[in-house]
Amino acid sequence: MQRSYMIYVMAASLAATTPAAAFKAYVSNEKSNTVSVIDTDSWTVIKTIKVGQRPRGIEFTRDGKFVLVAVGDDDKIEVIDTATQQVVDSLPSGPDPELFTQDAAGNILYVANENDNTVTVIDLQKRVRLGDIQVGVEPEGMAISPDGKILINTSETTNMAHFIDTATRQIVANVLVDSRPRFAEFKRDGSELWVSSEIGGTVSVIDPVKHTVTGKITFEIPGLRREAIQPVGIGMTKDGKTAFIALGPANRIAVVDGASHAVTKYLLVGQRVWHMAFTPEEKYLLVTNGVSNDVSVIDVAAQKVIKTIQVGELPWGITMAPP
Amino acid sequence: MIRWLVAAIGLSVVATPVFAADTIEIGIGYIGHAGVKAKLSLVEQPSENDGVAGARLAIEDNNTTGKFLNQHFTMEEIRIKDGDDVVKAATALAGRNSFIVADLPADELLKAADALRERGTVLFNAGAIDDRLRESDCRANVIHVAPTRSMLADALAQYLVWKQWKRWLLVAGSHDRDKLYADALRRAAARFGAKIVQERTFEDTGGARRTDSGVTLIQRQMPVFTQAAPAYDILVAADESEVFAAYLPYRTWDPRPVAGSAGLVPTSWDAAQDQWGAVQMQNRFVKLNSRHMTALDMQAWTAVRMLGEATSRTASGNPKTVFAFLKGPDFSVAAFKGQRLTLRDWNFQLRQPILLVDGRMVVSVSPQEGFLHQVSELDTLGVDRPESKCKLHQ
Repeated sequence: MQRSYMIYVMAASLAATTPAAAFKAYVSNEKSNTVSVIDTDSWTVIKTIKVGQRPRGIEFTRDGKFVLVAVGDDDKIEVIDTATQQVVDSLPSGPDPELFTQDAAGNILYVANENDNTVTVIDLQKRVRLGDIQVGVEPEGMAISPDGKILINTSETTNMAHFIDTATRQIVANVLVDSRPRFAEFKRDGSELWVSSEIGGTVSVIDPVKHTVTGKITFEIPGLRREAIQPVGIGMTKDGKTAFIALGPANRIAVVDGASHAVTKYLLVGQRVWHMAFTPEEKYLLVTNGVSNDVSVIDVAAQKVIKTIQVGELPWGITMAPP
Repeated sequence: MIRWLVAAIGLSVVATPVFAADTIEIGIGYIGHAGVKAKLSLVEQPSENDGVAGARLAIEDNNTTGKFLNQHFTMEEIRIKDGDDVVKAATALAGRNSFIVADLPADELLKAADALRERGTVLFNAGAIDDRLRESDCRANVIHVAPTRSMLADALAQYLVWKQWKRWLLVAGSHDRDKLYADALRRAAARFGAKIVQERTFEDTGGARRTDSGVTLIQRQMPVFTQAAPAYDILVAADESEVFAAYLPYRTWDPRPVAGSAGLVPTSWDAAQDQWGAVQMQNRFVKLNSRHMTALDMQAWTAVRMLGEATSRTASGNPKTVFAFLKGPDFSVAAFKGQRLTLRDWNFQLRQPILLVDGRMVVSVSPQEGFLHQVSELDTLGVDRPESKCKLHQ
């Protein structure tokens, strides 16, 4: 019932849309060891790039010239040249890199190494390792504050968000959150840090100055048992008004009011939804569905799923080309 | 449906200064028997540190977290020999540690628990799978991390029924625990709609596990033993005593798969488990111990991690505070099983998915899809609240 209704909506909203500017989204396929390139004009996969073993975390460099992808089972980060769409180099991370983030200038890359309880600091221009920071057990989520002063790392078995001073590379605070924190995202104005807890089933809202949890977002979906609701990826609009939270095996994206933190809607997407990326003008949000091997396209204003694109096996991460 | 929780309660707002005053010391004792029992398969032969090795990894994991919270965990291990006084050993351990992880047979666990009840020591049962410890013999100071026989049997039965292998030839060993496992398998068959077409008993007549003559004799024995059975889909073996089950696969008279104590085995953990982030944990274990991680290692790891979880959430090493949190509604622990694990509040049994493994791969994980429950699907495994005989608070 719900499916057929969705198809109606899809047809209606497709007819209403004017052609958008074309962007390119790069999707890491964890199982097939490839990266799919999606054209957001035709909504088709225009290229599939072979990469190393178990690609997950994926991000464009700030200048848009390269895509970085963590290939965990090869213990490195590969560099894809977007002009030739081929792997041209690799960066020296620690063992089993998963997620990473870069500073505003695009000079420094911070990598979470799941196997080693460390965050590796890499000079992106020289492509050399600058050092390591000791954190908790199984580091995963990475975020950098809008002012660039604080790096956040979440550790999955320690259940903390570590606040790291980017100048001294020392931990300045640790905030305990619910079980298995996987992803961290700042509001653009720096007023809040959101951390998703996959096993805990919540998103903690943290005051980045006081280092306290000021609230928790919880999810309830009729007919779904609590254990199936496992928040992972988070996407927030630049104005901070709307957030989208991927709920993993619940097969849904929660739409959350950025100010009140109330869940306003659940969008049915593919199976085991992981991560997401906005098109630069925030007209669309693309989310990866791990088990159904596809990417759902959400119309951000309408808050509706308008399209599904088949990609490789077990799509995990996604990044959008800067405008 | 839409809920916004303001986290006003103290423990969810713990922000931790990096340098605080005093470090909280949390001592955990580990008690088990010296020596290991022989297995039929050489590759399954347990190591001397089976179990405690998992506990020690969790101590390391807890201490990595603890350095941010000024909590420090230590472990003291005691091994008793057959005939040693378990009460004396456990009491000595409890004098120096607030919590004890136990890998003891049922009767010894009960003796230790009763002796330590007055002093408020909490025991974590990491080894004993006997249902009676969670039923008629349940105790208010014992948390059960090991799954029960009935949980293991139900996990296997759900899969076999899903697979439409519903006609079972049940072969049980002649020792008490083999009979208990056979009981659990009979119960599981009745619950999930399988039919035991015939039962046979394999008598343990003694003898060596390994001989120079090797498999020649076994190759003649096993087909004969399984001859002339009524039509069946799968042979289900109950052989906790390690007498015969491992000899059955590929040797049955009829070409049929084997499950239970050999073939497809239900277990809390396996070295092949690599889902839900388990690879990191397996790697940490191999690095520390130069061997693979067993179910007993995982059960002990989980016990110590449960304590780490409770001490970090309560910012306390006080046994009463920690135990109250473990028993309360806010407790859950992540243990690489794809979902949070919680305690059954009526008997303090840890709810957990059960892996079905073939010695090389994880074949499936139960509960199987479609086995529904109003509270938690994990409660489709084992004895559920309405059937429970446990009276904890009398």
